[in-house]
Amino acid sequence: MTVAIVGIGHTDFRSTTPDVSFKEQMFEAAMKAYQDAGVNPRKDIGSFITAAEDYWEGYSIFDEFIPDQLGAVLRSVCTISGDGIQALVTGAMQVETGLFDIVAVEAHSKASDMLSFTGIVNHALDPVYNRSMNANPFFIAGLEMRKYLSETKNTREQCAQVVTKNKMNALDNPLAAYPGVMSVDEVMKSKMISDPLSMRDVSPLADGAIVFVLASEKKAKELSNYPIWLKGMSWISETPWLESRDWSDALYARKTAQKAFKMAGITNPQKQLDLVEVDDWFSYKELQHLEAMGVCEKGEAGKLLEQGKFNRDGDLPVNVSGGRLGAGNLLEASSLQSVLECVLQLRGHAGKRQVKDARTAVAQSWRGVPTATGSMVVLGSEK
Amino acid sequence: MTIKRRVAVIGAGITSFRRRLKETGKELSYHAAKMALDSAEMNLSEIESVVMGTAPDAFDGIHMKSENLLDGAGGTGRPYTRPFVGGGTGVFSPIAGWWHVASGLFDTCLVVAEEKMSPVQPHPQTAFRTIWDPITTRPLNPNLVWIFALEMNRYMKTYNIPKEHIAEVAVKNKGNALDHPSAQLAAKITVDDVLNSETMVWPVQRLDISPPSDGAAALILCSEEVARKYTDAPVWIDGVGWSLDSSYWTNRDLVFPQYVAEAAKMAYKMAKIDDPPKQVSFAEPYDPFTYKELHHMEGLLLAKKGEAPKMTAEGITQRDGKLPICPSGGLLGVGNPIAAAGLMKCCEAFWQLRNEAGKRQVDGAETGVCQAWGDLMQVGTVTVFRR
Amino acid sequence: MSDKMKEVPGVYLRDSELKAPDAIVFKSRPNAKYVWTAGIAYSGYLEAFKNGKIIGRRCRECERIIVPPRMFCEQCFRSTDEWVYVKDTGTINTFSISYLDADANRIEEPILVAVIDLDGASEGIGILHIVGNCAPDDLHIGMKLRAVWKPENERIGCVTDIKFFEPLKED
Repeated sequence: MTVAIVGIGHTDFRSTTPDVSFKEQMFEAAMKAYQDAGVNPRKDIGSFITAAEDYWEGYSIFDEFIPDQLGAVLRSVCTISGDGIQALVTGAMQVETGLFDIVAVEAHSKASDMLSFTGIVNHALDPVYNRSMNANPFFIAGLEMRKYLSETKNTREQCAQVVTKNKMNALDNPLAAYPGVMSVDEVMKSKMISDPLSMRDVSPLADGAIVFVLASEKKAKELSNYPIWLKGMSWISETPWLESRDWSDALYARKTAQKAFKMAGITNPQKQLDLVEVDDWFSYKELQHLEAMGVCEKGEAGKLLEQGKFNRDGDLPVNVSGGRLGAGNLLEASSLQSVLECVLQLRGHAGKRQVKDARTAVAQSWRGVPTATGSMVVLGSEK
Repeated sequence: MTIKRRVAVIGAGITSFRRRLKETGKELSYHAAKMALDSAEMNLSEIESVVMGTAPDAFDGIHMKSENLLDGAGGTGRPYTRPFVGGGTGVFSPIAGWWHVASGLFDTCLVVAEEKMSPVQPHPQTAFRTIWDPITTRPLNPNLVWIFALEMNRYMKTYNIPKEHIAEVAVKNKGNALDHPSAQLAAKITVDDVLNSETMVWPVQRLDISPPSDGAAALILCSEEVARKYTDAPVWIDGVGWSLDSSYWTNRDLVFPQYVAEAAKMAYKMAKIDDPPKQVSFAEPYDPFTYKELHHMEGLLLAKKGEAPKMTAEGITQRDGKLPICPSGGLLGVGNPIAAAGLMKCCEAFWQLRNEAGKRQVDGAETGVCQAWGDLMQVGTVTVFRR
Repeated sequence: MSDKMKEVPGVYLRDSELKAPDAIVFKSRPNAKYVWTAGIAYSGYLEAFKNGKIIGRRCRECERIIVPPRMFCEQCFRSTDEWVYVKDTGTINTFSISYLDADANRIEEPILVAVIDLDGASEGIGILHIVGNCAPDDLHIGMKLRAVWKPENERIGCVTDIKFFEPLKED
């Protein structure tokens, strides 16, 4: 696998963007990414891939509306109905076939256009077996959080600490939508959504767009002084049935880590990884994902968090960007936000957030309720 | 351009296509996938990756429907993605399967296309309300058939095409479909039947249109090494191409599907085809409407601009003609469960190139081209298959 | 269908079975509501409609004047440069006569719809709209039309501020 990220472009992430349409957002991110990579989409880019879901956008067949603002008219364009990393790995596969040297990958969130977010999430539940629960669909997260905490003996307080840490990290991320100082107490006291999941355990929605330019090894060296290599990648979907799930283990995170780490030669995650961006749609997910990935043993993540191991200045910084909790929940684009942070860090361009000597980073994603689908990429500044 | 490795198709499966099937989307996916695996004498455990092709979530009424369908498609515990290009998806999903294997990342890929249009009430048309730009178009309350009628009119007027020639496509395809076991609307009809059918959106008449359907199809893709283990008649994916035109379709001349031509050129280049009418044994262009088969024949560079109707009237595109078009019976005859319809064409190519198409067999089939189309008259997806 | 395979799976469910008295049917209506941000380009477009005008954008590189306006030129891939008003008259690029409404119900009075290439915009730059005050048989490609606007106090900033386009009487 010799594919690198040679260009990045993005808007900042905001709670609402009433001034621009999603097309204008995408155009901004694309312009910047192509400038960064030094490529002309009309001439140099072979393929364009967007991660998008019809119901997040409110359009059926959303790919109809993507080519113009990406410079992709009458070019090879497709949508992956999945998260950003699934689109990224698709781009990598396309490059690896030899068919294209340069591929653009995009994802965005215009969550502020949705008036009935909960209704839309509910629409993903199985219509015959699960929708009739007529509850806020995050009951699924509530069930999982309870089972997870009871099995691992991690605590609600530790979950709340994830929120505190990530929002604090976001203070130094100029792109972040929800930086802030929030105490564990404030999180714990917030309104219950589905016990033990409280309102502040849930990442708030934000708008934003991100574009990456991928290149084959040959082109990467021509185009960029700091290509960031995809050293390992993996994606998997576990059972869609709520009824037959392991309610405490993030199996998808476990399996994708095994595969991606093997590809990248990571045998000791704690030592070999310089930073990790994991999905934190819900506070407890960060701990669950870290354990499943093998960063630590099951049940240990809460304690290590308390000891500061996952702080920015700790042994293994987790969600330095702020994650979904601090930077904002960008839906399918959040996994690209994780990748963006990794790339900035590995390039040495993370400003105040810079993790010293960052050479290897991981971005891990989860597609949210009601799925058991997740992906992972391992990125490195050396080939 | 050097493609890393060759990809073969070694199995195919398909369900019945009907206006409404009893099976759920998961079950349809399962039936097609199982049939494909059985045909290749393979077990699901040997499948390393899965691609699902399925058109708008609004039909099934399930957001992120690919997640809901994945167990039926054999995706549980596997890398599973859903590439989506509207109506072009049926021929695009094998292309996605192709890059899974050609990239070297996987040796096998199961490609499933499923469509369940029947859940939407009162009619699948209702789901199409949401494909339009909400600001420039939706306030006009368009019906999907409008854009086809607009394109058909432009095409007919530019080349002075008599409606009779276009009607021949329905006669041919519905007739061809009589030999396809999955067929929903196979029938022996005449040109007059088409010309006398009720006008829906002029110039589109009832028998010009393919029906909404439920159905699923599947293909097994693998590397050359794996293919040699399972069969001595692999069918190769020798060319892939896809292209998406601007969403501002009212700023485009609809007389020629440029996006199909771009996709075809890309696929032909890879397949080393420089004289398509001579080097292609048969083609399965997307035919949701009669005129589209003709429009797409020209987009596929199999007919000169404006010439496809005449070729049809002269019988060249019959199964025993010089260039058989839609020997399967196409969407007009077999049915149109959007994504599954495109994959149905690829299954047809597979069976034709293995001499397993029975009564539908085209003699001496060496190279087949499949093409699908969709969105706001925007996307062309093309795959070239060879024995 | 391979001639080695004899049967295809799939059970046909007829309409009558669906409506049978012992059929269990439950309905689910999605709660999926959106308000789509018009952004800079479409806001300008809709504002102009409210003022009884049609506006586009010009790209100085390819020299096109494009409607509906967008802030980027998709051919050159650069920002468009300025707003340009175009006329509310145009020529039929293609048309159709619809006997179906948006839900595929049959209607008696057909809806006449056309892609109208606008005067003042670049060649082939058209918009979709309804044609009125015209007999279906009179419609032809190349026909000249003029917009019929709603009165000012009824215009809200929507493409339907134009009621329809009607034949432009040539003197």
